[in-house]
Amino acid sequence: MSSATPPTGTGALAKREARLAWTLLAPTIISVSLVVILPLLAIIWISFKPFTLSDLRPPAPIVRESLRGSGDDLRIEYRLRNSSQEFAIDGVTLSDVLPDGVIAGEVAAPCILDGQDLFCDFGALEGGQRERIRIPVEFDGDPDAFEELVEASEPRVTGSGPSVLTNFEFSLENFARVFDGDEFWGVLGVTLFYTVFGTIGALVMGLFAALLLNKSFKGQGFIRGLYLFPYVAPVIAVAFTWVTLFDPFSGSANALLVQMGLSSEPINFFGERPLALIMVTVFEIWRYFPLSFLFILARMQSIDSSMYEAADMDGASPFQKFWLLSIPQLLGILSVLFLLRFIWTFNKFDDIFLLTGGNAGTRTLTVNVYEQAFAVSNIGAGAAVAVVILMCLIAFSFVFFRFISREEGL
Amino acid sequence: MRKGYITGPVLGALWMVVIATTIAVTMSFATGAAFRPQVLLSLIWGAVAGLVYVRFPARHAPARLGVAALLGLSCLTGFGPVLIGSETTLLALLVTVISVAVVMHVSLAAILKELPFAELTRHEYEDAVIRFCTGFGYIFFTAIVIIPFYVMVMTSLKSQQALLQNPLDFSVDLSQGMALFRSYTELFRDFNFGSYLLTSFYVSVLTVFITLLFSVPGAYAVARFRFQGQKAFSRSILLIYMVPMIVLALPIYIAFSLTGLRNSILGIVMIYPVTTIPVALYMLQGYFRGLPTEVEEAGLMDGLSRLAVIWKITLPLSLPALASVSLYVFMIAWNEFLLAFMLLDDPSKFTLTRGVTMLNSSEIPRQHLMAGAVIATVPIMALFLGLERFMTKGLTAGSVKG
Repeated sequence: MSSATPPTGTGALAKREARLAWTLLAPTIISVSLVVILPLLAIIWISFKPFTLSDLRPPAPIVRESLRGSGDDLRIEYRLRNSSQEFAIDGVTLSDVLPDGVIAGEVAAPCILDGQDLFCDFGALEGGQRERIRIPVEFDGDPDAFEELVEASEPRVTGSGPSVLTNFEFSLENFARVFDGDEFWGVLGVTLFYTVFGTIGALVMGLFAALLLNKSFKGQGFIRGLYLFPYVAPVIAVAFTWVTLFDPFSGSANALLVQMGLSSEPINFFGERPLALIMVTVFEIWRYFPLSFLFILARMQSIDSSMYEAADMDGASPFQKFWLLSIPQLLGILSVLFLLRFIWTFNKFDDIFLLTGGNAGTRTLTVNVYEQAFAVSNIGAGAAVAVVILMCLIAFSFVFFRFISREEGL
Repeated sequence: MRKGYITGPVLGALWMVVIATTIAVTMSFATGAAFRPQVLLSLIWGAVAGLVYVRFPARHAPARLGVAALLGLSCLTGFGPVLIGSETTLLALLVTVISVAVVMHVSLAAILKELPFAELTRHEYEDAVIRFCTGFGYIFFTAIVIIPFYVMVMTSLKSQQALLQNPLDFSVDLSQGMALFRSYTELFRDFNFGSYLLTSFYVSVLTVFITLLFSVPGAYAVARFRFQGQKAFSRSILLIYMVPMIVLALPIYIAFSLTGLRNSILGIVMIYPVTTIPVALYMLQGYFRGLPTEVEEAGLMDGLSRLAVIWKITLPLSLPALASVSLYVFMIAWNEFLLAFMLLDDPSKFTLTRGVTMLNSSEIPRQHLMAGAVIATVPIMALFLGLERFMTKGLTAGSVKG
């Protein structure tokens, strides 16, 4: 007698469901891996390579054609050179069609003339190597027209050099450069200051604003909308407005300070050393307090009011209610917000870049990526900084997942 | 501390400083003339006022009105809470005096409401402090939000000389008519801003469409189907939030340079949606989970296929969520700066944010830059104010990448 057992494994229906699920997810997965995963791998790859902005164009042969000499001694000259000083190019060939009516003289190796078709095979071209081909020619008629005719036909060259990107040579040079000197630790210090104070400041301001609006009155919706402005406006608009507002010459903030007698002369807010860093942090707080405010307010409004009524019956004072009831209730959302904002502030690039360009002691790690890659035009070093950022983020996400999954079940 | 005759003067003194500073700053920004809050005098005046307001509890007691009027008039003597410069117009003078008196009377009466002269209970004391903090909070937050936007709009309407002469003077001369908007006309005429506006608009709309096209099926699958790796997947969506854009922008710049996609709108339209798909997917799957499955199951029983169920049942039910997500994605795409800045060099293909960056140079006057900023801000603000409910919901639901 066979006993009935529940089916094990996945049934046909479940399999079909899974297949459909993956089909629906496929576009997202493919596109995200193309634009997120692939670049992440690429940046790790690049960080181990000496790669500069000029290497974006791989070494290639460059040819120039000209007509030389005069009278009977006319010759067409091709000058060929390797664009790179370091790397050899393989399979370099040159082909051109001589114009009709041109009678070419003797053609030296490595070139062959077949009718009017010229073909030269140079093989490999060393780094910085130059080649010159001279072909004596005869031509009847106007020499000026001839020159134009000769130079009108563009010679074609082939040949490809090794791209720095695709070879298998690695070096730790970029990392050595990044960690070398005091600069890196300065940058790290600036990043931590900006991140820690920016995050805490935005949270505290957000909490304060949420407390203000956590009661219903006429115009509450309007004020809530107004307080979201800094976050909703394009970063570019608000950053430039701040720069204008705090300009030492034509800025209203300075004019106001001078007029109120708080300062005898205009202050260069975004140009002086400790002040610039404080200002970008203040900007960060100003721009992102609306976000914390929105979340904290949403959480506050979902707290059960009967708890406060019970506290009222027991004679708790407003401050006691805030510290003993509201804060414990808000602790969850506050810690989630802290972790999220901490990571995003750590990642922030636009704001500082637009406000100071990373000058006056405001260069954070992210700005340093740009600075190394484009200002110093050393993409490899920029990539190395990016890898350092990724390392930090991996560490953060461990913390993040340990806390978050417990706290809010995100 | 918890005595009416101490709490009243202390709060009054502090509040007077707040009000004096607010009125001085407001008047300075409105007229450009010299107004200065006098902190020490404000403290003294405020303490006196606080004492009077606590001593005479009737709402409009004559003593209260008298001290408020005295506060206002004292500004004329140079020994008041606000020091007024000599070149101020009569109108501005009057406005200052009246507003000091009226604002102080109304707000102080509200803050010190029902505060007895003698011993205070804990509740009375804390309520008064909270009312003080609330008043301060409203003024503070409103000021920090409004001032930058006010400066942005007003600067764009001024001329370079006027700006350098007195950076505080934001009064606009309405008699010049349309010439007031010359920065805007110049931007649209000489700097091609019309085309940037159009580019930004259609790039953003395309981004919204592509994002929805990708994320709706994905979100549905994550929310409704059981399959292996579902948990891991919904977690790794969040991880993508954590990758900084600049780290991705560098390899994307290299790849686009090598393939010739740099400097093309096509490249931008390919990249933008991918940065928003994870956010949209996360927001939508949360919403889909909240929808009742019974309706969909009924559809399945009646012979609809899964895709038909999504199209005919789930999507119509989730229109509000789709609106929120669309608005939010539109906002991200419209405000995006970094990728546009790195990938676009050709002025004929700029998006609006890239165009405004171009104006940030020493050769171009400041009011042009501010006019550009206004042009970039107004559409998104209009959208935001019009559809604030959806937007706020979208911002909260997505826990938002910032």
